[in-house]
Amino acid sequence: MTDKKWAFEDFEVGGAIEFGPRLVTAEEMIDFASRYDPQPMHLDEAAGKASMLGGLSAAGLFTASLFMRMMCDAYILDSTSQGAPGVDYVNFRKPLLAGDTLTGRSVILEKRISKSRPGLGFVSVRHELRNQRGEVICEMANTGMFLLRNPETAA
Amino acid sequence: MSLDAKLGIGETVDLGSHTFQAGEIKEFASKYDPQRFHIDEEAAARSVFGRLCASGWHTISMWMKHNAASFPATVERSRQWGTPIEFGPAAGLRDLKWLKPVYVGDTITFTRTPRAHRALATRPGWRMLTTDNAAINQNGETVMTFTTMVLMKAE
Repeated sequence: MTDKKWAFEDFEVGGAIEFGPRLVTAEEMIDFASRYDPQPMHLDEAAGKASMLGGLSAAGLFTASLFMRMMCDAYILDSTSQGAPGVDYVNFRKPLLAGDTLTGRSVILEKRISKSRPGLGFVSVRHELRNQRGEVICEMANTGMFLLRNPETAA
Repeated sequence: MSLDAKLGIGETVDLGSHTFQAGEIKEFASKYDPQRFHIDEEAAARSVFGRLCASGWHTISMWMKHNAASFPATVERSRQWGTPIEFGPAAGLRDLKWLKPVYVGDTITFTRTPRAHRALATRPGWRMLTTDNAAINQNGETVMTFTTMVLMKAE
């Protein structure tokens, strides 16, 4: 038995979890880029404007990492998460620019109990992240592992 | 010189190695993925992982750091055969698999293998390059694989 709000049983197929809003600052984008992806369009406003991204724009992995943080704050930290074996896809549809405000949504696609570990379940989710204009800037799909709240009653 | 040769299609590039320390694992996770098994040794010991391990987003971000560091050499190599390659933004990731945890003290070697490219009808001169990437630990075990799609200006 867990005291977490989100165990495997609590994810409803077809349901959605909304998260955000989250203002994204130039400082945090530059901090990430300087450590992990120091390309000019991620570090400098003028270089960003000169690129096809049209302004100081986040590194793709900053967008994905921030996405992860937003999901952690929305539900993963208050869940029985046991991590994830991977991510099916991440699509960067539009640039994430400094000063954008993001909102996110996770839609539960399907779930199943592990055959090898009956106390554990897999939850497949499609996520999207939008900017303040309602444009989808990033889509992602993955399968997370969550402990069951009541493994003994699961068939 | 063929474009395949210029882009290094089929050639695996060793991007270098990194030894993950507890401090940086916790620092990255506290910002982007503060699940207990990434920030707290005791909680990690009770988790499915058994020990403190890096966020998967940290591992792939460290790959990107090494990948970006290799760009000048790639551009310089391409310059010898005429117009140098210009790197653009990433369009997405596919099939990101975290096959094994990256634990404190693990030394991870990163690689990149360009696989295919195609012209973009909407952006003359630009191509979409598909690349398979990997991270391998000190025991020779592959801990992460994924495919990237990146825009690249190459003639």
